[in-house]
Amino acid sequence: MTCKEAFKQISAYLDGDLTEELKNILNEHICKCAHCKVVYDTTVKTVELYCDGKLFPMPQTISNRLHTALRRKFQDRRAV
Amino acid sequence: MAPDLNPLQKEPDEPPDVASGLPPDDGAGKPESELVAQAKAGSSEAFEELVNRYERRIFRLAMRLTGNTEDAEDVLQETFLKAFEHLPDFRQDSRFYTWLVRIAVNEGLMKLRKRRSDRSEPLEDAVDDDGQVIPRDFRDWKPNPEQLTSQEEMERILLGAAAQLPPSLRTVFMLRDVEELSTEETAQALNLTLGAVKARLFRARFQLREELSKTFNRE
Ligand SMILES: [Zn+2]
Repeated sequence: MTCKEAFKQISAYLDGDLTEELKNILNEHICKCAHCKVVYDTTVKTVELYCDGKLFPMPQTISNRLHTALRRKFQDRRAV
Repeated sequence: MAPDLNPLQKEPDEPPDVASGLPPDDGAGKPESELVAQAKAGSSEAFEELVNRYERRIFRLAMRLTGNTEDAEDVLQETFLKAFEHLPDFRQDSRFYTWLVRIAVNEGLMKLRKRRSDRSEPLEDAVDDDGQVIPRDFRDWKPNPEQLTSQEEMERILLGAAAQLPPSLRTVFMLRDVEELSTEETAQALNLTLGAVKARLFRARFQLREELSKTFNRE
């Protein structure tokens, strides 16, 4: 497996799209190739960082304004 | 990756909160399908409970898509107001959350399109859907970068990197990898083929990785 192929397979692997056989070939390549190991590790880390559920908490004021807008909408609906 | 291949610790293509039936943000309450049915029958209380359940997730998604609080708030409001308006059209053949996400993404993309005229938003890239992205930065990262930076700083770094992606890639990444929609749901939400979702995801992941390497490398 070349590095270029390995890059493609890394993404497919994260999607759960690889057969056992390809997984083994990829794993073997990554164990031997420092570059692809870095690409694999840091790609996984990239996704992890974006997934952190503590990031971007919604401010309460924004929630309050949303609910105010909704209730106005509910009232409009009833008034029809 | 050695010794054990351990990708993002999730079942591929399995929506996260379907099996349990639990709402993602708070564990208590009625099943979603019941609330949706009541809301469709005209219960504003039921609709508001759905809003309580999903507002935080939609806000986070809107932040990741638009990159700023002001636009994210607009997207959040528009999403739920439109959802309320169009609730009769929701046929319950997908998860309610997926339906909301679809509305939110459309609102977000509209924001980005409007913004492109007056700010420097990256243009849709010209590469076709199997265009190759080749990693160039092979420096390893410091371990646990999230522990080295404050949450605000991390948010700034992540949004900065995402802003470098064209919206077509950013949305696929946020839906598939962050919201954990399945490939099929992502394709449906964005009117793409499964192959296009996978190809864009590939590019998005590597481009984001490349951007973040500038900040998190060991050197
Ligand atoms: Zn390699």
